[in-house]
Amino acid sequence: MLTLNNIEVIYDNIILVLKGVYLHVPEGRIVTLLGSNGAGKSTTLKAISGLLKSERGEVTRGSIEFQGSRIDRRDPSDIVKLGLAQVFEGRRGFEHLNARENLIAGAHTNRDWRQVRDDVDRVLTYFPRLGERISVQSGYLSGGEQQMLAIGRGLMSRPKLLMLDEPSLGLAPMLVEEIFGILKRLRDEESVTILLVEQNASLALSIADEGYVLENGKIVLQGRADELGENADIKEFYLGLSEAGARKSFRDVKHYRRRKRWLS
Amino acid sequence: MINRETGTFKRTYAEDLAIFRTPLPKIAIGVIALVVFVIVPWLGGSYWLGGLNLIGIASLGALGLNILVGYTGQISVGHAAFMSVGAYTAAVILREFPGTHWLFAMLGGGCAAALVGMFFGIPSLRIKGLYLAVSTLAAQLIIEWVINHWSWLSGGAQGSIYIQPPTFPWIENGELVVRKMDANLHYYYLIYTVLAVGIVFALNLFRSHLGRAFIAVRDRDIAAEIIGINIFRTKLVAFGIASFYAGITGVLYTYFYSIANFESFTLLVSIQFLAMCIIGGLGSILGSILGAIFITMLPIVLDFILRGVGGAVFGWDDAAASAIMPQWNLIMFGGLIMFFLVVEPDGLAKMWRNFTDYFRVWPFPYV
Repeated sequence: MLTLNNIEVIYDNIILVLKGVYLHVPEGRIVTLLGSNGAGKSTTLKAISGLLKSERGEVTRGSIEFQGSRIDRRDPSDIVKLGLAQVFEGRRGFEHLNARENLIAGAHTNRDWRQVRDDVDRVLTYFPRLGERISVQSGYLSGGEQQMLAIGRGLMSRPKLLMLDEPSLGLAPMLVEEIFGILKRLRDEESVTILLVEQNASLALSIADEGYVLENGKIVLQGRADELGENADIKEFYLGLSEAGARKSFRDVKHYRRRKRWLS
Repeated sequence: MINRETGTFKRTYAEDLAIFRTPLPKIAIGVIALVVFVIVPWLGGSYWLGGLNLIGIASLGALGLNILVGYTGQISVGHAAFMSVGAYTAAVILREFPGTHWLFAMLGGGCAAALVGMFFGIPSLRIKGLYLAVSTLAAQLIIEWVINHWSWLSGGAQGSIYIQPPTFPWIENGELVVRKMDANLHYYYLIYTVLAVGIVFALNLFRSHLGRAFIAVRDRDIAAEIIGINIFRTKLVAFGIASFYAGITGVLYTYFYSIANFESFTLLVSIQFLAMCIIGGLGSILGSILGAIFITMLPIVLDFILRGVGGAVFGWDDAAASAIMPQWNLIMFGGLIMFFLVVEPDGLAKMWRNFTDYFRVWPFPYV
C-alpha cells in the first residue's frame, strides 16, 4: 500500500538524516518502525506526509509511493485527501476548540455532514472516554484524553493509512495498553492500515504484524514482528533482555557489551 | 587548515575555550578592521562617506533593536522614540551646560533612553507578542507627543535644537589644538568607533550569563523561569540595553546633523528599524548590520540604477527622472524586500550562513 524506495532526506541542504530508507506497509496490517532517539523515525513520517518543507528538509533521492502513485513532492493537504493521516508526536490539539470541534475539524476534507456526524459517533465508540468530555476545551483535557483526541482526529479524515508518532509518549502504562488495544481493533474492525513509530519496542511488537528497525538513518533490520521479538539483538538493545530471556543486570553491561551485529 | 575545524585539535583547556577555533576569522577581522578604518576613509569621497555614516548609525540602532526583538523576543515598535529620548537628552545637556564634553552628553543620552525604555518595558511582564507591540506603539506616540508639545524641552514649535558639532584633539604644526568635527570623514571615525564598540559588546553579551538568559526567555519563557531566570528583570534589562543602543543612535544622528529633530524619529523610522532586523535576520548580529545596509543603501542604489537605465533606455533627462523616480523607487523598494524575504525567510544572515556552510563541507554535499 505504501512503499518508500530508498529515500534520502537532507535538512537545510547540509544535514543528511535518512540515508536510504526502504519501507513497505501492506494493506490492513500494523507495521511498526523502531529505533533509538534521533534515528530518523519522525523524519521518515514527515517525509511521507509531506511536512518536511516547513522544516527546510527535502527528499533528495528515492521515491514514496502510496497505492501506486508517487506522493513525494506533493502538498501535505493533497496527501491527506489521498487517505493518509498522521497523528503527531506530542498531540498538538487545537487548544481553543472543544473535543467535538476538534474531531469535526479532523474531517476537514469530508464535505458530507451526515458522514461527519456518523464518524464522530464511530470515533466515540472507540474512545468512550472522549464522549464523557466531548464539550470540554481540548486544552483542558488530560494527556491521555488528548492523545485519544489526536488519534480520533486522525481517524475523522477516513484514512486508509494512519501514521502514529509515539502515541505512548508521557502516558500511564495502563492508558498505553488501552490505546494500543484500540489500534488493534481499528485494524481488525475498520481495516485501517497503521504505521506505528514507537520507543516502547515490546509493546509495539506485540500488536504489530511487521517491524522495521531504523538506526542512524538506515533500515538495519526488518521482519515479522514475532521474529523480531525473538531476535537476539532486538532483545538486547531494545527490550533490555539478556540471551537467557531474563532481565539484564546492569553490572554486566559495563563489562561486556554485545556488539550490534548489523553495524559491524 | 585555515577555515575548517577538521584537523584542528584542542590539546589544552585554553584552546578549548578559544573564541576562534581556526585562523580564518582572526585574519578576516584584521582585514575588516583595515578596510573599515584605513582603506575606506582613504579612498572614499565625501559623498560616499556620508552614506556610510548613515549606514553605521542605522547598524547601531538595528543592533540594539535586534537584541530586544531577535534575541529576547520582545517586539518593540517604539525604537525611534527611544532614539529621540537620547537625541534630545544630549541636545538639552549641551544647551543647558555648554561646557559639557560631547562624550558625556552622549552617555547621558544613552542612559536616559535606557531608563525610559525600561519604563515602557514594564508591560512586557504581562503581555507578549502583538499586544506588546501595541503597548510599545503607545510609547512611541507618547514620547512623540511630549517632544512636540513641551517646548521648554524640545526647543519651540519646530521641536528642534541646534547643537555645536563635537570636537576632537588634533596636532597642527606641532601643537595640540581642538578641532570641530566638520567633515564626513571626522564623523565616519566617530560613528564607526562607536559601532565597533557596540558590536564587540553585543558579541560578548551573548557569550555571557545574561545573554543566554535573553535567548532562554525568547525560546521558552516558562522553561527559563523554572531554571531560575527572573523573567521580569531579564526582559527589563533587555529593554534597557536595547534602548541604550537606541539612545546612542539618536545622539549620533544629532551630532551628524548638528540638530535634534523629531522628524528623524517618527513611527515610520521605528518600522524601518524593525524591517532592518527582519530582513537582516532576527537574532543575528551580522543580520542587523546587513539589514541596515540593505534598507539604507537600497533607495540610493535603486535611484542610481533607475536613473542610469531610464536615461539609457527611455531617454529621460534629469527632470523627467526626478518626477518619475519617487514612485518607482518606493515600489521597487517594497518589492525587493518581499522578494528577499520569500527567498530566505530567515533573512540575509541566513543566506550568508548557507553560503559559508556550503564551503565548510565542500567538496561534500552534506555532513
